[in-house]
Amino acid sequence: MDHPIKRDHTRFRKIVKGKIRDSLKKYVSNGEMPIQKGSGTYKVPMPRIETPRFKFGSKQQGGMGQGDGEKGDPVEQEGQPEQGNEEAGNGEGNKELDVELSLDELASILGEELELPNIEPKGKKSLQSTTDRYNSIGQVGPDSLKHFKRSYKEALKRQVSTGTYDKDNPIIVPVRGDFRYRSANTTVEFENSAVVIYMMDVSGSMGDEQKEIVRTESFWINLWLKSQYKDIEIRYIIHDATAKEVDEETFFKTRESGGTLISSAYKLCREIIQEDYNPSEWNIYPFHFSDGDNWSTDDTKLCLDILKNDIIPSSNVFCYGQVESRYGSGQFYKDLNTGFGQENEEVILSKIKNKEAILDSIKDFLGKGK
Amino acid sequence: MMNRTKPIQGELLELKNIIESHALDYGLDFYPVVFEECDYDTVNILAAQGGFPSRYPHWKFGLDYDQLSKGYAYGVQKIYEMVINTDPCYAYLLKANNLVDQKTVMAHVYGHADFFKNNYWFSGTNRKMMDVMANNGTKIRRYMNRFGQDKVETFIDKVLSLENLLEHNLLFEKRQKVKKVEEEEFDEYDGQSEALKSFFRSKRRYEDEKKELVEAPSKDEFTEIETLRDSSLPSRDILGFLMEKAPLEDWESDIIGMLREEAYYFLPQRMTKIMNEGWASYWHSTIMTNNALNASEVIDFADHHAGVMAMSRQQINPYKIGIELFRDIEYRWDTGKFGKEYNECQDMHKKANWNTSANLGRKKIFEIRKTHNDITFIDEFLTEEFCMRQNIFTYKFNPRTNRHEVDSREFNEIKAKLLNQLTNSGNPVIEVTDSNFSNRGELLLKHIHYGVDLDYGQACETLKNISSIWKRPCVIDSIVEGAPSRILYDGKEVRTQKL
Repeated sequence: MDHPIKRDHTRFRKIVKGKIRDSLKKYVSNGEMPIQKGSGTYKVPMPRIETPRFKFGSKQQGGMGQGDGEKGDPVEQEGQPEQGNEEAGNGEGNKELDVELSLDELASILGEELELPNIEPKGKKSLQSTTDRYNSIGQVGPDSLKHFKRSYKEALKRQVSTGTYDKDNPIIVPVRGDFRYRSANTTVEFENSAVVIYMMDVSGSMGDEQKEIVRTESFWINLWLKSQYKDIEIRYIIHDATAKEVDEETFFKTRESGGTLISSAYKLCREIIQEDYNPSEWNIYPFHFSDGDNWSTDDTKLCLDILKNDIIPSSNVFCYGQVESRYGSGQFYKDLNTGFGQENEEVILSKIKNKEAILDSIKDFLGKGK
Repeated sequence: MMNRTKPIQGELLELKNIIESHALDYGLDFYPVVFEECDYDTVNILAAQGGFPSRYPHWKFGLDYDQLSKGYAYGVQKIYEMVINTDPCYAYLLKANNLVDQKTVMAHVYGHADFFKNNYWFSGTNRKMMDVMANNGTKIRRYMNRFGQDKVETFIDKVLSLENLLEHNLLFEKRQKVKKVEEEEFDEYDGQSEALKSFFRSKRRYEDEKKELVEAPSKDEFTEIETLRDSSLPSRDILGFLMEKAPLEDWESDIIGMLREEAYYFLPQRMTKIMNEGWASYWHSTIMTNNALNASEVIDFADHHAGVMAMSRQQINPYKIGIELFRDIEYRWDTGKFGKEYNECQDMHKKANWNTSANLGRKKIFEIRKTHNDITFIDEFLTEEFCMRQNIFTYKFNPRTNRHEVDSREFNEIKAKLLNQLTNSGNPVIEVTDSNFSNRGELLLKHIHYGVDLDYGQACETLKNISSIWKRPCVIDSIVEGAPSRILYDGKEVRTQKL
């Protein structure tokens, strides 16, 4: 059996998660992102949780130390972090609490906060695996799995109902039928694969702030999808008048100045799907972010055609996020809206006004459980 | 502790016997010391729980455990020793330490054990605290089962927010009361927890005091709140006051009683941090260098000893200041550098070479460890020469450069600052001054201001907590940025008025 402090620890983790959930909105809209660590966990910095006390403010208090230095010399030496208020003999500083959360924990915080439904993978299941979970009770089983409390309860119930229970001499004698055993449920898990294809307009009208929004949003979307699929691939396409596939870093850094032909990205996206991802084996998520400007109505028409005929039929859902910028007209959103309608199950459109709107937009995209 | 710790045996046990006999030879006097060995996870658990194997359930232990475990995993901190003030005195050794470390820790522990037993400020502590803590845990767990974990934990959060507001003098008062109870009423309260006992004791005390009043106020619950001037006020024993006077459920006042008792148990350790660590370090150093150290171990010992004694520019290291002061006192009393004649000597050269071969050093430090606490220790024995030798400075925050800067090396300023930091164990002095403030049953607190403001944000939150226990608005008078101010919480919002 574990030491009781593990329960205190669980309790503490629960409080921390609650705090993260409470401040998720602020956290996300500040553009902050948890730092991914090697072991598959995420480090979320947050203020130390402390019990409020009547205590001295730090600035006025000052302190004392040992060492060299003239009046007016800084106490903190070069390269050393400021420690702030320290009582004599009390080494406890006002440090930040670094909380480590696993991907699932972090995703479930996001999921709970945004009330995201679990994703219903497309009907194509490539691999099945079964797991046994001992989470139910059966009437037969080996002695080693005997559930003492349940068995006792059954015996007690039987004795009370048959009137053989004597409250002055409350001895419970179980008979064979009273015994209960832990038993396993076999669950079938599907090993689903998914691919996310991010497309972004990098023409001159998309500024740094817009890209920051896309970056933050894609982080959380990836996080959620990663928690839903065992295996996930992410591809990046940037486009202005032409499109090319790039790595993640280039994706967020590139800034071009040309015009905008959205169809170029959609063509490339179609190509990638056709080459690498068989829709019957993969869950495919194309995301497109732009400020809504397109070169011509002809090109927009071409876009709609590609979406209708190729991309949408092979995807779980097609997502378009329109980041508001000073230069963008936002026309493309309207065009998609007239082309597919707000209620279309296979196309999700979302407008992202500013950083505060990121969470709502994530909810738009993932809230349908597609 | 569910077999997480086991008594030492074999080589360690032999070493223990050797160290113990050295300690006894030097005249150290302690309750039997029981050493147990455990792994780092267990040490972290124990440390998170204040050294005790069993505490009440609360997330703060989980927080400390979390941080200690990470500290260990990243190699930034490691706990070498842990010793509890009980009879027998329990001490824990980390299994992974090498033998020279174990020896050093043992010698250090005997220093603490001697200090626990002999220092006057510890004389009233309950040496069976292990049982009390375990019982408190059981009771609080029972309350949680009955009233819900969240409800009880939330209440504990509020109580913990006030646990640093203690009346130091009660350490002695309590002791007398305990004696009285043990003699006269032992049987009557035998089945109850210590906390409940102390609750009854103080109830009784208040009732005794009330009798002395010309007219005892009626017992009616309503008039209780609107009592006349309370004879027990002003009081710095905030938890004790709330336990008796706040409109609480029985389980709530019982919890306050338990946590209050635990807080008072730890108080002497907070009041004697410098002395206690200094004394223990003095003895590990003395025993190791004179007796217990093998030639092959010298480097390791010196390395680790130096690590513990490391000086810092940000804060005073209590181990370092403590051991150096004890050594300085020993030297001064050995050479006779004390008393009227020495103090009045004007000849600096003569003073420096002063030696009467008095050889009273050992005797003197043994005396001091009995009668002093950190404040009186510093007040009486800190000297200008010592501060210069130790390179001590004070620093303060410079708002212009936004950093802490060295302020002074002046002896009087150093001493004043140090005493200031140690006053009330580093906590602000807070008194309940009126339990019927504005004649509306509101609680008036007063912060006795010695030059440092309260942390305003925390003060507001604490005020909310105390108010939710008192169930009426609460007010605290303090000084905020130079202006006498009154912070009020009326149950909805916090306001601040200039006075």
